[in-house]
Amino acid sequence: MQALRDLKQSTTRTRLSDLKFEEGAAWANQSRAAARDRVASMGLPHKRDEYWKFTDPSSLVEAQPTPAAVFEAGETPVFGEVDRLKIVFVDGVFDADASDPLEIEGLEILRLSEVFTRDIHWAKDLYGVLEARGQSPVERPFAALNTAFATDGVVIRATVQVSRPINLIYHHRDTKSDAILHHLIKVEEGADLTVLETGPAAARFNKVMEIDIADKGAFHHVRAQGRDHERRAVTGTFARLGTESAFKSFTLTANGVLTRNECVIELTGDDAIAHVAGAAVGDGDDFHHDDTVFITHDAVNCESRQVFKKVLRNGAVGVFQGKILVKEGAQKTDGYQISQSLLLDGDSQFLAKPELEIYADDVICSHGSTSGAIDEDALFYLRSRGVEPGKATDLLTLAFLAEALDEIENEALAEDLRHRLEAWLARRRS
Amino acid sequence: MLTIKDLHVQLEEEEKQILKGVDLEIEPGKVHAIMGPNGSGKSTLSYVLSGRDGYEVTKGSATLDGEDILEMEPEERAAAGLFLAFQYPVEIPGVGNMTFLRTAVNSQRAARGEEDVSAADFLKLIREKAKALKIDADMLKRPVNVGFSGGEKKRNEILQMAVLEPKMCILDETDSGLDVDAMKLVSDGVNALRNAGRSFLVITHYQRLLDHIKPDVVHIMADGKIVKSGGPELALEVENNGYGDLLAETA
Repeated sequence: MQALRDLKQSTTRTRLSDLKFEEGAAWANQSRAAARDRVASMGLPHKRDEYWKFTDPSSLVEAQPTPAAVFEAGETPVFGEVDRLKIVFVDGVFDADASDPLEIEGLEILRLSEVFTRDIHWAKDLYGVLEARGQSPVERPFAALNTAFATDGVVIRATVQVSRPINLIYHHRDTKSDAILHHLIKVEEGADLTVLETGPAAARFNKVMEIDIADKGAFHHVRAQGRDHERRAVTGTFARLGTESAFKSFTLTANGVLTRNECVIELTGDDAIAHVAGAAVGDGDDFHHDDTVFITHDAVNCESRQVFKKVLRNGAVGVFQGKILVKEGAQKTDGYQISQSLLLDGDSQFLAKPELEIYADDVICSHGSTSGAIDEDALFYLRSRGVEPGKATDLLTLAFLAEALDEIENEALAEDLRHRLEAWLARRRS
Repeated sequence: MLTIKDLHVQLEEEEKQILKGVDLEIEPGKVHAIMGPNGSGKSTLSYVLSGRDGYEVTKGSATLDGEDILEMEPEERAAAGLFLAFQYPVEIPGVGNMTFLRTAVNSQRAARGEEDVSAADFLKLIREKAKALKIDADMLKRPVNVGFSGGEKKRNEILQMAVLEPKMCILDETDSGLDVDAMKLVSDGVNALRNAGRSFLVITHYQRLLDHIKPDVVHIMADGKIVKSGGPELALEVENNGYGDLLAETA
């Protein structure tokens, strides 16, 4: 253990010595220095850490990112048909020309780099706060690293129900880019906001989003991580939910050498709802996708759902680490967790670690995890009706993923992603 | 239409001989029925013809209009015009019935080098065929066979047959699990499809289905062979006397 700790401390010191943040307002400097101290004391993760045993973090720890080829999808942008406010980042750098004016009724949108320079701003009470809370009981060093060294991001405050979604668009143009973005979102009482995230972002991307949802507020999040085969991403979504509030997040991942999506949610007000879902499709032994979720019930009568589906083939690897923690007094909790994989061949693997930890006695918590092959009877039934096996397999694959996609409330967004998935599968066939 | 010659089939896994020399010739426009006790090989015959895994043909042949169907993949057999109405239709959660039907129709059209049917035309076609089988909009929207009653599943099979318009239809114990009303509905659906160019092979335990779907020829199968063939009266004989007498007679 001591040897591992020493090793981690040494790699962490090396990494931190290369990184600096730009000085800003006092509160920002303090938050970032504190985060840097958190990283220094935790140390960046190693494969031998319990929470990283299924996903090797070394390429995320290294000082320089592994170059990633830029992939030209040659298709219409995801959610291109949806009326949305576009905020564009290219390799982690804000692109004002490509972005819409940051104005929308009922929303306050600023760039994080701008907020960092303001002496007085509500961001000071949120920046790094939920991330820091999320470090216990499980350490999340990359999120702390992000808080310390993020170069930009958006800071959004919603005060009303905003129907037009905000789309954070992440382009990847530089094969060696290493982007760190940090977003802050505050949903005020009774407000409603939808944030979309699309694109590969960078060769290596570290992104954190902290979301504070006040009573009766609602936050919807739909994400399509870019299809660049060689990109790497570690993301942290930290949310805190007030009374009768709602948080709903869905992520679609197709391709990517390495993706680790962590989601940390605290239900702190009664009658709140948190749904986190994801669909991942991977083809090839260079695909590794990891969903790590931690939901804490710390109030009465809250509901949480985790629905994760992965389709893996040709040696692709999927990981799910999901936890529901029900604190003492969090009675009438309704917690649900399902993680499933469809393994299209014998080379692919799915590693799942579902966990429940319950300290209240009047709760419903269920969890399940399955790995399976395609249903041969269903496949034959389709073939006997004239559907060729590749197409039949696609149909059954989409059916498998449907439960996760159904978690998206906005039908137009869901339909767009469904079509992308169909196209992705069809390309694999040809 | 369908010609089966000296067909021998065994299970792939355990070398157990199931069909021991089946000969059958079904002419265009004719309805043949195969009856027989449990374990006689009736369902195996339907599975082998449709191309299900797990069976090995050790001898003999089966051709559809002169084409060797045993060499074809299941989807090629379907495109060639062969259709099996399953004894146990498969449930496919997550795949809508309409999507399933449209995919099947378009797949077969593509195999024949035809264009996809337009969404509007397809909807019209389905509505018309579904109405006759008393299949409502809800059943079309739901996932394939999921939560369907036994009768609904069988009606859904006939709907697929009606939409795909195969030339050789095999009905594997389509009457099992049906009440009298459902049997009538299903039979009417089948009878509506009868024409000079389309043939049927109706596999059943009981004569009662044959009251509704009148066969031209009835075969009795036992121990992997067709042991007796005759007209519709043969089915009545089975109904009245059981298989015992017939089998004793042929032994």
